Amino acid sequence: MTVDTTHPALDQALLYPSPLKEFWQAFAHNKGAVAGLLFMIVLVICALFAPWIAPHDPSEQFRDFMLTPPAWLDGGQLQFLLGTDEVGRDLLSRLIHGARLSLLIGLASVLMSLIPGIFMGLVAGFFPRLLGPSIMRLMDIMLALPSLLLAVAIVAILGPGLINTIFAIAIVSLPSYVRLTRAAVMGELNRDYVTAARLAGAGLPRLMFITVLPNCMAPLIVQATLSFSSAILDAAALGFLGLGVQPPTPEWGTMLASARDYIERAWWVVSLPGLTILLSVLAINLMGDGLRDALDPKLKNAQ
Amino acid sequence: MLAFIARRLGLLIPTFFGVTLLTFALIRMIPGDPVEVMMGERRVDPVLHAQAMERLGLNKPLYAQYFDYIGQLAQGNLGESLRTRTSVWSEFTTLFPATLELALAALLFAGSLGLIAGVVAALKRGSLFDHGVMGISLAGYSMPIFWWGLLLIMFFSVWLGWTPVSGRIDLLYDIPPVTGFMLIDTLLADEPGAFVDALHHLILPAIVLGTIPLAVIARMTRSAMLEVLREDYVRTARAKGLSPARVVFVHGLRNALIPVLTVFGLQVGALLAGAVLTETIFSWPGIGKWLIESIGARDYPVVQNGILLIACLVILVNFVVDILYGLANPRIRHQR
Repeated sequence: MTVDTTHPALDQALLYPSPLKEFWQAFAHNKGAVAGLLFMIVLVICALFAPWIAPHDPSEQFRDFMLTPPAWLDGGQLQFLLGTDEVGRDLLSRLIHGARLSLLIGLASVLMSLIPGIFMGLVAGFFPRLLGPSIMRLMDIMLALPSLLLAVAIVAILGPGLINTIFAIAIVSLPSYVRLTRAAVMGELNRDYVTAARLAGAGLPRLMFITVLPNCMAPLIVQATLSFSSAILDAAALGFLGLGVQPPTPEWGTMLASARDYIERAWWVVSLPGLTILLSVLAINLMGDGLRDALDPKLKNAQ
Repeated sequence: MLAFIARRLGLLIPTFFGVTLLTFALIRMIPGDPVEVMMGERRVDPVLHAQAMERLGLNKPLYAQYFDYIGQLAQGNLGESLRTRTSVWSEFTTLFPATLELALAALLFAGSLGLIAGVVAALKRGSLFDHGVMGISLAGYSMPIFWWGLLLIMFFSVWLGWTPVSGRIDLLYDIPPVTGFMLIDTLLADEPGAFVDALHHLILPAIVLGTIPLAVIARMTRSAMLEVLREDYVRTARAKGLSPARVVFVHGLRNALIPVLTVFGLQVGALLAGAVLTETIFSWPGIGKWLIESIGARDYPVVQNGILLIACLVILVNFVVDILYGLANPRIRHQR
């Protein structure tokens, strides 16, 4: 008679999955979110390696090939896959370089509003009598103006350009972070673990940033994704109005501003930059939905 | 109810002063001083410069300047445009009806289509139609509307020739402005041809401006409807043997409308921002185009007080929506 010395096989399914794996499973459950993620990966690769991926220099003017249609149409050239614009610049190269700019504006403005927004939200939450009301009132005032109008006003004063665009969009998206952080902080402050940390002698900075803040991150991450997409939209809108990034820089919205004159002759100049904006914004919004499902179990089955 | 209105009104006052502070600060953040901006780029004689500063009260301390500004506002003086020398207020009131007409048409389009699509999608949850509505509304929500406008112009105006490219009405017609609403004025002038023409001009801009609200309203109606249809009173109504239409519209939709109403209110700000883009694309002579042109011309009094007027409008509309919300839902009214 032999004694079975091997351990009973661990049932993998019974183990508690690692947080990362759990997150990924919830995220991957949403097919749209995965599609959005894939598109974003392509976009990020385009942005990072733009000079090597783009077939031409984005500002090089091929004067012999003005308004060449895309390659698959009559009169199209294989060297200009998506055609050329009114001064003969390769559209595909400009779109690829434009990805760089849009992602940069999105990332920079999200960071520039997320960090002060979290800080102000924490302060407003921790001092509900002293500083909270005045901070929140200030945010209400900023919310009284529609975001694009406020951005237009800021750019009108500071002057157009890349840095001012980023700055304007960052200011505009500040209130939503402050409100979200404050609401999350107020919810957490009465929990036992915060009281425990207080009793253990944790100082204010530790309470704020190490005890409470990590538990408020889920809605903030979702909001950051959403404001990333609206940053891209607003930047393109500013560019379209002639108040954003100035030509000849290949920004998607700026490219559309001059396209209006070619609406009768060259549909590709009009449609392709806008389609790129739409797809990018859509991809980020889809990802945001997936993130919300994965990070915020309360909202998961809300619909 | 009165106490509720008073409380909301009390909240309005600091917000209003905050906005004036904002517009006051905006004009002072311009690089260089306002006198140089107004007199153009050329070198200004220092004596004239000092006189202008004196006349405009710009040599006083900042707080005194702010009180001056508030005093002027309280007297209804919003300054005059540097370009046209007409008062900002009269320019605003002549142009505003055009924007209002456009915004109302957009809301009508978005509201009617959005409610129907949302209700049907909720009733046929999980169907192809439901997925279609959700997909299209997600795309609509992500839409760069300035591009959407160009696309529609290209398709309907240039390729099919169905609608005019820009403006409010054909130059052939000379319609005296009575109400400022082109559709009403053309009827008052008894010109049916002009009315049809004005309608043709209105369709595309209204669709463009209504696209994002449409997406939001459709999604919101669907989820509110799904929630309401699960309620006991809906089951009771069905069990009583009421007709399905009565259950859906009277018991269901009426209760689902409360959150949708809030969204309607929130969309007003978005509509005004969208109007800036839509009016630019379609050369629609409203306040959005006016504001952008003034920025281009560095017409600062118009920029400053135009923004102030728009902000007040948004605050006012949100206030009205708040009151309506309180009327529709007593639970809100008694909340502190």
